[in-house]
Amino acid sequence: MILNASGCLDALTAPELTRALDAFVTKTVTPLPREGNPPVRIAETEVGMLNSIGLANPGIDRFLDDALPRLLAVGPPVWVSVGGFAAEEYADLCARLDGTEAAVLELNLSCPNVAAPEDEATAIVTAARAATHKPLYAKLAPGLPDLPAVAEAAAAAGADGLSLVNTIRGLALDPATLQPRLGTAPGGLSGPALRPVALAAVHAAYRATGLPIVGMGGVETGAHALELIAAGASAVALGTVLFADPAAPARVREELRAEAARRGFERPLAARGVAHGSVASTADAEARDAGRVGLKL
Amino acid sequence: MLVRVRRGALDPGIPGQFFMLRPRGLLLPRPMSLCLAPPGELAFLVDPIGPGTRALAELQAGEEIDVLGPLGNGFCLDVERPLLVGGGIGVAPFPYLSERLGGPPALLGFRTARHAEAAALVPNSEVVLEPTYVTEALPPGRAVLACGPEPMLGAVRRLAPDAQLAWEAPMACGYGACYGCAVEIDGCLARLCVEGPVLRGHARGQAPAVAGRVAAA
Repeated sequence: MILNASGCLDALTAPELTRALDAFVTKTVTPLPREGNPPVRIAETEVGMLNSIGLANPGIDRFLDDALPRLLAVGPPVWVSVGGFAAEEYADLCARLDGTEAAVLELNLSCPNVAAPEDEATAIVTAARAATHKPLYAKLAPGLPDLPAVAEAAAAAGADGLSLVNTIRGLALDPATLQPRLGTAPGGLSGPALRPVALAAVHAAYRATGLPIVGMGGVETGAHALELIAAGASAVALGTVLFADPAAPARVREELRAEAARRGFERPLAARGVAHGSVASTADAEARDAGRVGLKL
Repeated sequence: MLVRVRRGALDPGIPGQFFMLRPRGLLLPRPMSLCLAPPGELAFLVDPIGPGTRALAELQAGEEIDVLGPLGNGFCLDVERPLLVGGGIGVAPFPYLSERLGGPPALLGFRTARHAEAAALVPNSEVVLEPTYVTEALPPGRAVLACGPEPMLGAVRRLAPDAQLAWEAPMACGYGACYGCAVEIDGCLARLCVEGPVLRGHARGQAPAVAGRVAAA
């Protein structure tokens, strides 16, 4: 399954590209409209792209009245990404989306000013779970000190899946002036530099939870997508690559199919988790951990 | 310098529209407005000031690049007594625009005589050099079509409120996906690639944007 990463595509300005996806993920919707951050908002570096968009979105009222019906009309199932600054805000957003045709709600838990990520994830996912029957995916930032613990907390609170990963913080300076190139100074780093970071996060979260995982971060080719699946992803999302190559969804899907077949997998998802070797499932992981406890004793 | 590529299946679009060009090895494409549309080719005026523009300037004949376009809103060409007003690399869309408007007068401002070499591409043009600014030489009673640095466009707008202005901003995608090119339009932030790059002109070409790979000519 190939999706777009939230914030990397507008189905309304690129409907044909969107129809090449298995599902469309919206930009994060917040309770109130947000204009986003002042320019300059993007910068290219040698290893990736920095962005500082600032969750620009029309707010939930206009999203429901105006954007969502038009997004649904494009065709593919719509996953709505929601974001807030408190658990109650996530709950309100999920409650208002519960009666819509949205296929999945993705909780953007990547807000950087969060003191205790495990507790925050528990509070937000619990509140959202109580507000909706829709499948809930928790999207996590890769810079968490203990990502598996947060993933486990999200799973325990009722998340149906995980989206891994959001961008990681980075800074670029103008070589001539040594001043920050983005209006907000730091921004979110995406692209090739994020690829090993995403692999590590997917690998760890799969071991910790066994939940479905949308893997994303620097995917440019079918081989990259297959690596994420091997680490534990059950779907793959494209982000920065879409900016340079609007034909990437169909290309990556075909490359993934060919790459999996070349390695003897009857379909790409048959490779899920193979990077874990003998520890290919959480049941195995639990058995192994139990064994370790025995050794310690 | 002028970078020429084979046209392939691409439509040149309306003057002021732009193309995303990505040489091999670059993560992101670069937005470039079309400068000239000679038969079978597309030509772009490139000032090699960074890694992207340098890679474009160093293209060898036959080398392939990814192209997407034409994109955005171009100049509205249904104007009486047009005057092209440009500054620096902002004169890039003017050769094609001038051709389509039948060679109207152009007023072009540059920092130095060396920078003013690009004026040779624009017929019927008058050049002013700093410290003289184009706004000091702007005649009244003309429909102004302008492209240049932001301070120049702001100054032109104060003198000619109805002017069609072509703005620029860093862009990652060119088709509304990245939200990187937000500029303040009528008090709100909007995506320049969707709402512009020509504001108050808003002539979108009939040709759909095509993604393709073309060779440098």
